[in-house]
Amino acid sequence: MHPDYEMVIGLEVHAQVNTKSKLFSGSSTEFGAEPNTQANCIDLGMPGMLPVLNQAAVSAGIKLGLAIGATVSPVSVFARKNYYYPDLPKGYQISQYEKPIVENGMVSIDLDDGTTKEIRVERMHLEEDAGKSVHDIGLESHSHVDLNRAGIPLMEIVSRPDLRTPEEAGAYMKKLRAILRFIDVCDGNMEQGSLRCDANVSVRKKGVETLGTRCEIKNLNSIRNVMRAIQYEADRQIDVLEDGGKIQQQTRLWDNDKAETRAMRSKEDAHDYRYFPDPDLLPLRVSGARITEIRETMPELPDQMKERFIEAYGLSVYDASVLTISRQNAEYFEAALSLKNGKPERDPKLLTNWMTVELFAALNKAGKDIMDSPVSPEQLSELVSLIEEGEISGKIAKQVFAEMLETSKDPSNIVEEKGLKQISDTGALEEIIQKVMDDNEDSVEKYRNGNERIFGFFVGQVMKATQGQANPGVVNELLKKALAG
Amino acid sequence: MSELVKLGLKEAAEKVKAREVSSVELTQACLDRVQARNGDINAFVTVCSDKALEMAEASDQRVKEGKSRLIEGVPLGIKDLFCTEGVLTTASSHILDGFVPAYESTVTANLWKAGGVLLGKLNHDQFGMGTANENTHYGPVRNPWAMDYTPGGSSGGSVAAVADYQCMATTSTDTGGSSRQPAFMTGTVGIKPTYGRCSRWGVISYASSLDSPSVNARTVEDAALMLRAMAGFDPKDSTSADIEMDAFDEDLADLDVKGLKIGLPTEYIEVEGLDPRIKQTVLSTAKRFEEAGAEIIDVKFPLIEYAVPCYYIIAPAEAASNLARYDGMRYGLRVEGENLVDTYKKTRSAGFKLETKRRIMIGNYVLSSGYYDAYYLKAQKVRALIARDFQNALDKVDVILAPTAPTPPFKVGALTDPVQLYLQDIFTIPNSLAGLPAVAVPSGTVEEGGTTLPVGIQFIGKLFKEKDLLKVAYAHEQMTQFKPLELKG
Repeated sequence: MHPDYEMVIGLEVHAQVNTKSKLFSGSSTEFGAEPNTQANCIDLGMPGMLPVLNQAAVSAGIKLGLAIGATVSPVSVFARKNYYYPDLPKGYQISQYEKPIVENGMVSIDLDDGTTKEIRVERMHLEEDAGKSVHDIGLESHSHVDLNRAGIPLMEIVSRPDLRTPEEAGAYMKKLRAILRFIDVCDGNMEQGSLRCDANVSVRKKGVETLGTRCEIKNLNSIRNVMRAIQYEADRQIDVLEDGGKIQQQTRLWDNDKAETRAMRSKEDAHDYRYFPDPDLLPLRVSGARITEIRETMPELPDQMKERFIEAYGLSVYDASVLTISRQNAEYFEAALSLKNGKPERDPKLLTNWMTVELFAALNKAGKDIMDSPVSPEQLSELVSLIEEGEISGKIAKQVFAEMLETSKDPSNIVEEKGLKQISDTGALEEIIQKVMDDNEDSVEKYRNGNERIFGFFVGQVMKATQGQANPGVVNELLKKALAG
Repeated sequence: MSELVKLGLKEAAEKVKAREVSSVELTQACLDRVQARNGDINAFVTVCSDKALEMAEASDQRVKEGKSRLIEGVPLGIKDLFCTEGVLTTASSHILDGFVPAYESTVTANLWKAGGVLLGKLNHDQFGMGTANENTHYGPVRNPWAMDYTPGGSSGGSVAAVADYQCMATTSTDTGGSSRQPAFMTGTVGIKPTYGRCSRWGVISYASSLDSPSVNARTVEDAALMLRAMAGFDPKDSTSADIEMDAFDEDLADLDVKGLKIGLPTEYIEVEGLDPRIKQTVLSTAKRFEEAGAEIIDVKFPLIEYAVPCYYIIAPAEAASNLARYDGMRYGLRVEGENLVDTYKKTRSAGFKLETKRRIMIGNYVLSSGYYDAYYLKAQKVRALIARDFQNALDKVDVILAPTAPTPPFKVGALTDPVQLYLQDIFTIPNSLAGLPAVAVPSGTVEEGGTTLPVGIQFIGKLFKEKDLLKVAYAHEQMTQFKPLELKG
């Protein structure tokens, strides 16, 4: 990145609302059904069919509005966006346009340096999805259309151009996804297309106030690609400018294989969508009572939970952020803490390390979600308890944990079966220490002559003789006493 | 020809229920009449002989079992904008060739639940766009009063079928006057109920914010009964009104004309181009009511000249969008082209008639970026002002008396200038823009070159007060003793 420039980024995120039925019809929204089995006469745009708004999708919109501290509009309007395409059966998409349901929100993002930044959300509106065109099956001369997706409710969440780096954009996506999942309105699955993103990118010389000409990048289906595409696009724009060129306002497509963006259409080719309020639907009115009712049932949000974790469990900002990135992580953590009257039975810091280092690494490697973890929170809690009680050492614990991942057995059973219990019995240890000293008379001599650095050697020998099961604290104490003569 | 076809809806239903006549006999009489007359009148696009007799038999069975319903066993004609399950539904267009819906419109479903029999589907100006029933793929409908005359539009088939005794009542739709102007042209009754009174679900859309499923019949009482069978709240239509229904056809004579306040809008009867004979019809109606003790009150509609332009922005805008779904991809006509865009062009060029295309183009124009504010948005503001004028007027009076159309019936092909045709709706559009109910009733005849032709007036009522409105129309009917067309052929 050229040091004289900075990026200005705004994201338009499309989140599929996880309602059971579509935004304006009773068809199922379940993912993965046979093509066109979840499209009824309304979705097919049959003559005389009329839309009826799904109130569950409206409630989801209100929830998001409350979660990002936005204004929920008492009156919003669904408009028709008119254009022709075979996967758009009515010839128009019903979408909120001039009067969205949610305006002026804020998402606070966590940056790697431990600081946070506030990103303004301009608006969120509800709209229906289009169907899917398929060009690569059957006859080459024919295309196919699957209308299962047509009419599925989407929330389009539009940020202000407050993001300055690809990393900030990534953090914004992660936080937004966490919020959507916490309030249970979207599953956040980018691979299945439940969460999609378009990025508006421009560059400008540092210190310049005015915005540069922007390009919109489409087809970003993972957070990683959002970040890569933004970086690529910013570099491309800087190259153009440095060569004395001008940026054309364009829509560009991200090509994942070639890792580049390419022009799709220019501003001149932009459609005239001839928006107007949909006369089949009355303006959407949301009462204050309804907002209050939803507010009262709002779950704890990621930022609130993060604050609580820092406060109640003494965690670092970083650890608290990692644990609250998803409700499942947080719930797992709190279950493993074994709260009694609100007080954790386990050491939060020790447990956090085990979760974020060992467990997450193992899950990552296996490509599993915390929901499918072979180790239950109760089992991880027990493992940490065994360490805390001095029953096993940290090193043995890793061995036990590996076995737990394999077999999903309780750690105490594994310790029992494999005889991994830590030796704290001073009599037994004194015997072993004596034997180690007898076998290494030279070293004893050196130590007693003042070379205390070889103390670790004796510890190692004792641990080796006990296959690591000796309690290191007890060993240290006994060794010191024995070596002192 | 069987005299049974002369029975009105109420009378026929009563006879079927009393087992004086069977539904099968009644239905067969209507089918015979349609068979004999449709070649000339062209009211029906589709005649459902088998289905009609099947439904009639089921009706007779119900009567036997003592399970009679409101309009038991009476054959009805359905404007071909209403989707009927398993029965070809064309919107009188080429573009819906072969379209057989898998669903039944709420209004027709209500009629069948009330015991009605589906006789067939009626011709009209395609998608409800027209005033002379010439904008149809199935050829113009003829006026039973004089075969070289148009029955009006868009619901030409709906009025011709009842005027010509081919069935007892029909459904129509009224967006800017499509049930009332044709009623006027054929000496029949047309009720456009309040917007939202009858469900639009399953009715092929023209202009969603105006479309009102409507009624045509030979008498006020029959039309009122038909409306009662059709109307009702429908959760499947977001613009349907959840407002209690009256038994529209009962106690119609229960009106004290003395003290009735009738609004007479000066601006309506002073409109340029209003035929003096029509003006006279309105004034003599007012006089009759005045003599019976009603109070005639002058009401103001300063914006009447803007109503037609306002309508011809809003309706085409909605139509352009509503008709976008006819793209040849999923049902109806498809003319293959070189590529996708070419297929769209060829299909839609072949599938719509000229007037339909004109409205699609007007609609797309007024919604275009740069023109939206000047046309569509401004028209919406005018619409709100017109609605306000009506509210002010109706605060002072019980009903408003107005002309239905500006001239007596005209010949097929006589009006070729679209603007001339648009002005046919000058008196029916204003209250449509306000969502208000109106009923067109005949009041007499005029002579045109030796031909006797009907003329009439309309009453405009308050929102969801159809019952009050129909009582006034009934009183008018009693006063005029209008003689309908005699059964001929």
